[in-house]
Amino acid sequence: MSQHAWLLLGLFMTVLLLLVRPLGILVARVMTMGNRVTAASGFEVATFRMCGIERDEEMGWLKYAMALLLFNTLGLFVLYALQRLQAWLPLNPQELPNVSPDSALNTAVSFVTNTNWQGYGGESTMGYLVQMLGLTVQNYLSAATGIVVVIALIRGFARHSAVGIGNAWVDLFRITTYILLPLAMVFALFLASQGVIQNFAAYQNVTTLEVTNYETPKLGSDGRPVQDDSGNPVQERAATAQQNLAMGPVASQEAIKLIGTNGGGFFNANSAHPFENPTPVVNFLQMLSIFLIPGALCITLGCMVGDERQGWTILAAMGLLFVALAGPAISLEEQGNPLLATVDTGNGTTVSTTALTDGNMEGKETRFGIVDSALFASITTAASCGAVNAMHDSFTPLGGAVPLVLIQLGEVVFGGVGSGLYGMLIFAVLAVFIAGLMIGRTPEYLGKKIEAHEMKMTSIAILATPMLVLVGSAITVMTEAGRAGIANPGAHGFSEILYALSSAANNNGSAFAGLSVNTPFYNVLLGMVMWLGRFGVIVPVLAMAGSLAAKKRIAVTAGTLPTHGPLFVTLLIGTVLLVGLLNYVPALALGPLVEHLALWSPP
Amino acid sequence: MKTLLRPAVSLFVLLSLLCGVAYPLLVTGMARLAFPFAAQGSLIIRDGRPIGSVLIGQNFTDPKYFWGRPSATTPQPYNAAASSGSNLGPTNPALVDAIKARIEALRAADPTNQRAVPIDLVTASASGLDPHISPAAADYQTERVARARQLDPQTVRQLIARHSEGRDLGLFGEPRVHVLKLNLALDATTR
Repeated sequence: MSQHAWLLLGLFMTVLLLLVRPLGILVARVMTMGNRVTAASGFEVATFRMCGIERDEEMGWLKYAMALLLFNTLGLFVLYALQRLQAWLPLNPQELPNVSPDSALNTAVSFVTNTNWQGYGGESTMGYLVQMLGLTVQNYLSAATGIVVVIALIRGFARHSAVGIGNAWVDLFRITTYILLPLAMVFALFLASQGVIQNFAAYQNVTTLEVTNYETPKLGSDGRPVQDDSGNPVQERAATAQQNLAMGPVASQEAIKLIGTNGGGFFNANSAHPFENPTPVVNFLQMLSIFLIPGALCITLGCMVGDERQGWTILAAMGLLFVALAGPAISLEEQGNPLLATVDTGNGTTVSTTALTDGNMEGKETRFGIVDSALFASITTAASCGAVNAMHDSFTPLGGAVPLVLIQLGEVVFGGVGSGLYGMLIFAVLAVFIAGLMIGRTPEYLGKKIEAHEMKMTSIAILATPMLVLVGSAITVMTEAGRAGIANPGAHGFSEILYALSSAANNNGSAFAGLSVNTPFYNVLLGMVMWLGRFGVIVPVLAMAGSLAAKKRIAVTAGTLPTHGPLFVTLLIGTVLLVGLLNYVPALALGPLVEHLALWSPP
Repeated sequence: MKTLLRPAVSLFVLLSLLCGVAYPLLVTGMARLAFPFAAQGSLIIRDGRPIGSVLIGQNFTDPKYFWGRPSATTPQPYNAAASSGSNLGPTNPALVDAIKARIEALRAADPTNQRAVPIDLVTASASGLDPHISPAAADYQTERVARARQLDPQTVRQLIARHSEGRDLGLFGEPRVHVLKLNLALDATTR
């Protein structure tokens, strides 16, 4: 790692650690304010009355889960409808057509589940109304859903012989209006000040300095590409002196895209697009805003269970895992691509390049360079954000394997807002269970006994995503429609598929984007995987929250295994790596590992 | 279920209006007031006509201009209505072929230049709209541009320096040269 890399990583972690505690405490206050009279009480009471919400009602886990499922299903239908009808709706200056049924379904599931996987290119598919009223709304609501689930789980630990785990409506409303909206508002204005666009204008035509000559597929009178006798598309020459700049309300969506660990770009190139991420300073703040809430929620956990050390312990495990994986990702990209070091230009002449000194620049932006791109890639995949500022498909084999592994760990290294922490708490329960077996005592975590029911739910939550990833990948590579999407030959093609399924099941949303996924096969398969990967974990987590809440809190005794401090951090990291990673080692060997050996072995 | 339906629908409508209408409109209004230039796309106006954006790169192939990063957008490079990277994998033979073609084009425009080719000058950017190149990539092209414009290379180097920036705050990102601004400055010099 270069000195710049160490400095940037160190600075990033330091600033993050300074920010998480105040926000974590604030979130705890908001989520435990109950019926206390605050400045917002009048507004709240009126809103709840209008919506038919009983503020004092405590929901059992099943009702809480039903409420969330209903709320998210509603979002799914509305987002689907908006896409299918956009041609007839306002705020579509480019007159973009209605989105196809399978693509609209995929995108609706994707944004409702906080995955924000994109089979489409933003600027060429979605009008401004869909972007703001459809996608931006789900950026908020899916983030809120993730957070309230972890809050419900924390209440399960914190409450003593309770029947309820909170009120889903009150929780959703409070986290959205008191935390997410103000944070996003400030961040959006900062972004707009730095060059991120925010307007409703039609795409702007500009006259370029030079005329661009290019080749484009020739279209017949029926509007379809003309093919020659051997079935290849016929190319024709074209020239333009115009550049058509995509516009739109980007800053408002960009802010919540990162703060809510959503990651779905306004534009196809996502945070690599200069209108989404114009400068390295903005890039740094985008990276921070991805980890901000997932980090802060660890502190919220500590506050709500009355022992801040518990939160710091989880945060330490996340932080160590992150640094241990981000470091190698940066170094591997800095190493560059040996195939490009000397290029044979024919007639026995070879030309050397700076490929091995300047690093792997394919698919990276000059202003970010290697380090700020590889760090962003690690952050966006450690958190289940999935925004990208560089194209992961063009990373070196092992440099690209790091984001893949971070996703496959189950999105628990910071993870998504809420989902990262509930995922990590599931691993913590597993860790105390394993430790309990080793020392021969009934496992307990945060004052609650871990019994058969909790372990069943833990098993379901932990096994759901690897099943989806591995079975999904197997189906894909065995079908013609699945293999048709592959863009890069050889082992890398398999990595593209494995990455797609890992990303969908763990609700990350980044991609090895060469894979052509805007087909009915991928749209439907990945849509199902995203939905099951999201709610196949949320429901067991809430079930566990319900059973934990009903239990008595037991006092800490000399025989209690402490769940704070370095020993537990080690135990937790060990559990995550063992359980999270072992599932995928064979698959990883077939993809990135093989490609790495091929790349670096002498011919 | 029935008791859940009314709160679900009304809360959904309320939060949609708040997050999907009020919030973006408020941000738009405030951005327009406070940062009108940036909110509209940081457009460069020359002779009353927009000729580009400060943030978006343009395609250059003429030897008298500095060339930017290769762009993988379709159908034409630097298509700002369809941003995209190449997504070519590191071991894909098509990547080597593409780089070979770009090196040949650089050599054809400047046959005497025997220096190692800066890798950012022959690899596609992530967005296909990258407005910058590395200082090394600018330096590599200096002699060619100076010759094509019959300028003293030293003059060209001064212009490069004027349109270069270091790391943001000395910490973030990489040093870079703004291709479009540099080319505009060159045109202004030789006109």
